[in-house]
Amino acid sequence: MPTSPSAIHLVLLAILLFFAGAVLPMACGRRQRLAHVMGMAGALAGALAGLPAALLFLLTGQTEHVQPVWPGTGLQFALSVDALAAFFLLPVFLLVFCCALYAHRYLDLPSRGGRAARHWFFFNVLAASMALVVGAANSFVFLVAWEVMSLSSFFLVVHDLGDEQARRAGWLYLVATHLGTAFLFGLFLAEYRLAGSLDFSSFEVLRGLPPSGALVFFALALIGFGTKAGMFPLHCWLPEAHAAAPSHVSALMSGVMIKTALYGLLRICTFLPPLPAWCGLLLAGLGISGSLYGIALAALQPDLKKSLAYSTVENIGIILLGIGLWLYCGATGHPGAAALCLAGALLHVWNHALFKSLLFLGAGSILHATGTRTISKLGGLLRRMPVTGILLLAGGAAIAALPPLNGFVSELLIYLGLIKAGLAAAGGQAFVFMLFAALLALTGGMVLLAVTRLLGITLGGEPLSEMSARAHESSPSMLAAMAIPALVCLGIGIAPQVPLALLAKPMAILAPGSPNPAAVIPLPFNADWSLVALLLTAITVFGLFLRRRSRPQPGQTTWGCGFSRPSARMAYTAGGYSQFAQDEIYGRGPQPKVEQPDRLGFFPALRRFHREFRDPVLARWFSPLFIRCAGLAHTCHRLQAGQMNIYLTYIFLATVLLLGWSFLW
Amino acid sequence: MTNVTSSLLLAVILLNFFILGTSRLGACIRVVALQGALLSLLPLFLYGVNIHSLLLSAGALLLKGWIIPWLLFRAIRQVKIRREIEPRIGYITSLMLGALTTAIAFIFADRLPLQPEHMQSLFIPAALSTLAAGFLMLITRRKAITQVLGYLIFENGIFIFGVLLTEAMPLMVETGVLLDLLVAIFVMGIVMNHINREYSSINTEHLCLLKE
Repeated sequence: MPTSPSAIHLVLLAILLFFAGAVLPMACGRRQRLAHVMGMAGALAGALAGLPAALLFLLTGQTEHVQPVWPGTGLQFALSVDALAAFFLLPVFLLVFCCALYAHRYLDLPSRGGRAARHWFFFNVLAASMALVVGAANSFVFLVAWEVMSLSSFFLVVHDLGDEQARRAGWLYLVATHLGTAFLFGLFLAEYRLAGSLDFSSFEVLRGLPPSGALVFFALALIGFGTKAGMFPLHCWLPEAHAAAPSHVSALMSGVMIKTALYGLLRICTFLPPLPAWCGLLLAGLGISGSLYGIALAALQPDLKKSLAYSTVENIGIILLGIGLWLYCGATGHPGAAALCLAGALLHVWNHALFKSLLFLGAGSILHATGTRTISKLGGLLRRMPVTGILLLAGGAAIAALPPLNGFVSELLIYLGLIKAGLAAAGGQAFVFMLFAALLALTGGMVLLAVTRLLGITLGGEPLSEMSARAHESSPSMLAAMAIPALVCLGIGIAPQVPLALLAKPMAILAPGSPNPAAVIPLPFNADWSLVALLLTAITVFGLFLRRRSRPQPGQTTWGCGFSRPSARMAYTAGGYSQFAQDEIYGRGPQPKVEQPDRLGFFPALRRFHREFRDPVLARWFSPLFIRCAGLAHTCHRLQAGQMNIYLTYIFLATVLLLGWSFLW
Repeated sequence: MTNVTSSLLLAVILLNFFILGTSRLGACIRVVALQGALLSLLPLFLYGVNIHSLLLSAGALLLKGWIIPWLLFRAIRQVKIRREIEPRIGYITSLMLGALTTAIAFIFADRLPLQPEHMQSLFIPAALSTLAAGFLMLITRRKAITQVLGYLIFENGIFIFGVLLTEAMPLMVETGVLLDLLVAIFVMGIVMNHINREYSSINTEHLCLLKE
């Protein structure tokens, strides 16, 4: 095996460059523009240093270990990168590059205060900590990096401190992520007790655990990492935070930060003994319910970015479905189907990182151009922002899993795994697989509803508001930042055999001895596929080009519905588009809270119609729970009387109790 | 020797009761000084006359019997108070509680797994009951000055424990503890003055305004 000692040092260099990009802008003082450029340069340079290293690790499958000296602390600052880590490092570096490039023009320079420096500090720290989380070789480094990642992303979410909504979202995120981290602390401390060392390499002893012990670890990891990943029903923080953050930060968080949680989950799975089959089934069930729930709510949101954020919940659900099916099929003796599902899940990690960041960046461009995120105030943007619009359409097609793009490939793999296992299994088990396949298909259909609503109303038709009518095209650097993930999306769709070949090494770490997905079932991804996909793409591009060349026809009203002068106010709104689904298909759960005006009286009076979307899980389960906890905590507040005598009494009683306790036992 | 130490310790316990039962601050300070002075004799009787015990005794006598009482008298002269009026728990009740804790201390000390030579001595019960008396003072009194006295009594209890361990405990540690005490009293005197100036009283309850 060829080992080049420089590869992991390149990753280290990337992390150091990120840190430099974090610290240097802080030293710029009042010179905001210089701080801005330095922060961006640090992020770009770090990403460029890391990308080839990650690719090299993924190609060769080598494992490298490094321990930079950290004398005097007794702690080992160990980093180790293998193919699995590199698999997650690659999107981290790629998206950090795109998002930093995007931020150059997206982040308008405020004239006062250290906002640019503050932003770049946290942005670069977030980038470095994500690389560290994935590269950590012991649980101490992992937890520290994890915490730094949570905190820096929190500060990025509340970038706009004057925004009340952003502060609330940031608060929710901070609480949720710390509750999740508490479980991770439990997980790693329990592992430390068993293994006697913090190093991941010593966690091999966990393979000898009895099944019940392994279940405890699995449950801790599922809750801890699931909270961060946005797993249903622990996803409540995600839509709020993603919507409130600056768009490139949303792209980074949705694209890669929450994927580091999946990395953690997969890494823990490699330490544990084979889990019972129902664990995989549980994970798959949570995944599919999360994806149905997420996409159902994505189709209702009046807010562009919130809709995208709910779609993230849906995609995480699909990935978890794949991972769960991998575990389930592996435990029930369908190795081929297990390999297909794992490959699909892993590829979907990449795909989602690409198209979701593309869509978030596109949403950011729309926000930048029009100043609003409300879908019903947009419209007619394809004519005003043609390049952004086409890139957004490509992202929408990818997320809806349309063929020449990447979303199709990963979902096809999961479908193939489901069908293969369903055909091989018997009785009730086959029914389970087919049920999953049907529910996944249902999800796919609803994605189409959400995407057509999202893009159709914002891009097509006439502008629904003055803000939308005045929109302008984004600057070239923003377009370039969006074009990179769009091209990679297209590339994966045209030549799926390349990413599938890259998957072999990480899969060998996760499931040693599992068959190659291409060997399980003849996959259609060969040269012919590429040719057809390429042709399809070329025809589409050519068609668009022709359409652009042709002179626009003067607008005509097709069918006025009896109105003599139809206006944009009569066009379909976002709410109207999804109303059928909302009223007729969904149950009572995801319905928005609607304040109807009173019945008409004899005299005209002020009326208001107001609908409010709150996450049903948050509103029905978590909010009441936390309000009750707060009540309990408030009762305990009486203990803090503020009088020293009372505190001394507590000390005295505690001493007496401890004395008595140590004496009696 | 055991007779002398036992009677010293008994006197210390009785003085605890006196302090718990009186409201006059001047008397309280004098009695605490007396208690400290009695205790400072303990090492001499327990370990005989040698450099270690002499130094310890002299230091303790100087601090507890002279310097600290002097500081405290100065403090009450400055803030012009003579009595602790209305304690949180009445004098009779605190006396009863003191008696109760002393009884518990004796019972508890009986059951502790001690070294054989300490088995029958009064050291442990005296130390525990003095600690409890100090705690009671701290808990039940309102004035800062009486709380300082409670703290002193508390320290006396620790001193009795410490004497048992003199052989194990180096001189430096003992001196350190005594010095700590002196500094603490010093600081408390200053704080007391400030409380007085701020609230025109040295009732510590006013400090609860500083909560949160």
